[in-house]
Amino acid sequence: MSDDSLIGRGVADGGRLFRDWFAALERAAAEGRPSAYVFVMGSLAELLRAFDINLVFPEINSLQTAVRRVAHEYLNEAEDYGYSPDICGYVKADVAVQLRKGAHPMGRIPPPSLAVLTNACNTYIKWGEIWERMYGDVPVFTLDVPGTRTAGGETWPGDPDFARDRDYVLRQIEELIGICERVSGRRFDIDRLREALGHANAMGASFKQVLDLNRSRPAPFNAVTDGTIYLGVANGFRGTPEGAAYFRDLVEELQHKIDHGLGTLRDEKYRLVFVGVPCYPIFRRFNEMFVEWGGAFVSSTYLWFASGGANLAWTYDLARPLESLAEGVLVSVRHAMDAMFFQDRMVAGMLAPYAIDGVVYHPIKSCRTVSTGLADGRRALTDETNIPSLFIESDMMDRRVVSEAQLKNRIDAFFEGLATKRAR
Amino acid sequence: MPYCAGVDVGSTQTKAVVIDERQAIVGRALIDTGANVVAAAEGAFAAALEDAGLLEEAIDLVVGTGYGRYRVTFGNFQITEISCHARGAVHVFPGTRTVVDMGGQDTKAIRVGPTGDVLDFCMNDKCAAGTGRFLGAASAALEIPIDELGPTALRSERPVPITTTCTVFAESEVLSWMARGKKIEDILLGVHQSIVSRAIGLMRRVGIEREVTFTGGVTRNVGMVKALNDALGFPANVSPESHFIGAIGAALFAMDRIRERRAASEPAEGAR
Repeated sequence: MSDDSLIGRGVADGGRLFRDWFAALERAAAEGRPSAYVFVMGSLAELLRAFDINLVFPEINSLQTAVRRVAHEYLNEAEDYGYSPDICGYVKADVAVQLRKGAHPMGRIPPPSLAVLTNACNTYIKWGEIWERMYGDVPVFTLDVPGTRTAGGETWPGDPDFARDRDYVLRQIEELIGICERVSGRRFDIDRLREALGHANAMGASFKQVLDLNRSRPAPFNAVTDGTIYLGVANGFRGTPEGAAYFRDLVEELQHKIDHGLGTLRDEKYRLVFVGVPCYPIFRRFNEMFVEWGGAFVSSTYLWFASGGANLAWTYDLARPLESLAEGVLVSVRHAMDAMFFQDRMVAGMLAPYAIDGVVYHPIKSCRTVSTGLADGRRALTDETNIPSLFIESDMMDRRVVSEAQLKNRIDAFFEGLATKRAR
Repeated sequence: MPYCAGVDVGSTQTKAVVIDERQAIVGRALIDTGANVVAAAEGAFAAALEDAGLLEEAIDLVVGTGYGRYRVTFGNFQITEISCHARGAVHVFPGTRTVVDMGGQDTKAIRVGPTGDVLDFCMNDKCAAGTGRFLGAASAALEIPIDELGPTALRSERPVPITTTCTVFAESEVLSWMARGKKIEDILLGVHQSIVSRAIGLMRRVGIEREVTFTGGVTRNVGMVKALNDALGFPANVSPESHFIGAIGAALFAMDRIRERRAASEPAEGAR
């Protein structure tokens, strides 16, 4: 493969994998094969794959309606049904997908045979209750993952508290195995789990490498636009050989760009961290408003929490798959929650390694879970580091509360301030 | 002598200012923006030139600001009104550390450094509550001209609380107080206090540090100035220039550019 052909391969392959994935879901819908509705923070993909259960990520389905500019049709349908404009846009778009019997711009989404939730987002639990009411006999399993008790107070292997938390998660996973056997009609095969964990290990190590490679100047990828494609693959192909191969190839591509001084921008003037969830209704345009000023998103908390904490690259011990899965789920989901709730600490840790010039906070109207703590997180970060930051509000789904003119005005003012600071 | 201009195209009114090398204002103009933003920018600029007694050729650089800044098609570059209000406020009142700008459709709070750098800012989002448009709604509901709102409010002794945050629904609330026999001045002071409470909220987000300078079109409303001072507990800086602060800031940025170029002994690229 020539060098030039490496560039852009990750984006192209990501798109192909995404189409393949949705095609598989369409086939699962047509053939009535079992599908699990899961979430990005604690999908338990490794376990579900051991039963050949298809993974459906309703969050990804919903954001795809926004990227494809039809979210308003889905949101309106759910609101016509009775949901409030103030409810999570992801939930409402999914409700409309269910009301349309799975009709989605990427293909037909199969109905759930099982739903696996975690407590990482409180809306997950209410969302699961909607499916229970819609589908009656579908098992809805909520995995309760103990979170960090106090900021910076995580426990790790060797600590008795960690062992207790791990055992608590393990008992729940054992309960879930029984449900998966019933739903799939297959006996649990620990070697299939071991295989999936091995693929997840390989992918996790490469995923972390990808994030670390963006410390280079210029940054080889955009943490918001390219990063979201990487996230889709990280979630949809976790525990598969395709997922592991994708990220191995991506490391090669990014390293090639770094070796040749190729950045995501030709003229990278400001290196930024993105905090929150992207503005999917104007996904490309949102980024352009930063690029116009030479602003490059080199890191984001989204890549941390929406990958379910995959940035930690937890390595499963294949000699004790179930225990190790419980540990990995505990550590990774807990970290995903921390990346939302203690985001000031996460961002503070990014500033020096990524040579950050400014932080962009993007609270979104329809997600309280990720947005509520951003104001005081920003204040704490400012007090600690005095890093310039921008606080702009819009939404992940609902274009009615996305005002491009207002966003641009604030973004322009932010860069004017950065330019003044740099000129001094 | 070099001259520069700043044209601030706001949602309601367009302001233009011409300054000379000593940063003195030599011409100004204020017109309604209306539907044709380009025409408003051109009209205000032409009127400011006429006020200054200058021809367009005499102007070295023009900076556009405000929501319509990219429609100042004759401008050399654009700067947000956030930066321009900060710069203009510190120029007119050098002790300024907090700016509150109340315009027709948005209110912004800006924390500034001693040289007019923007340290932080916050604006109303998606909704015109707490802006001049709120006064427009009250004016329509009570059938009182905008210019008389402030003086009327100052006669109030017992303001009524206006709790609605929606500008449209505020009109209904005003009418309901009228139906309950409340005095117009009491309702109006309530409206002013309601707007100020929203503005104070924005200011608290960036941190209120003295001196506070009040800018924008609403500064012409004496009732709003008093309501703001009462809420702050100290007087905010206000002057006849307050309405033009954004345009002044824009013109100052233009003059900065002229000086930078002169210092660098470069030909003024893109100069008029």
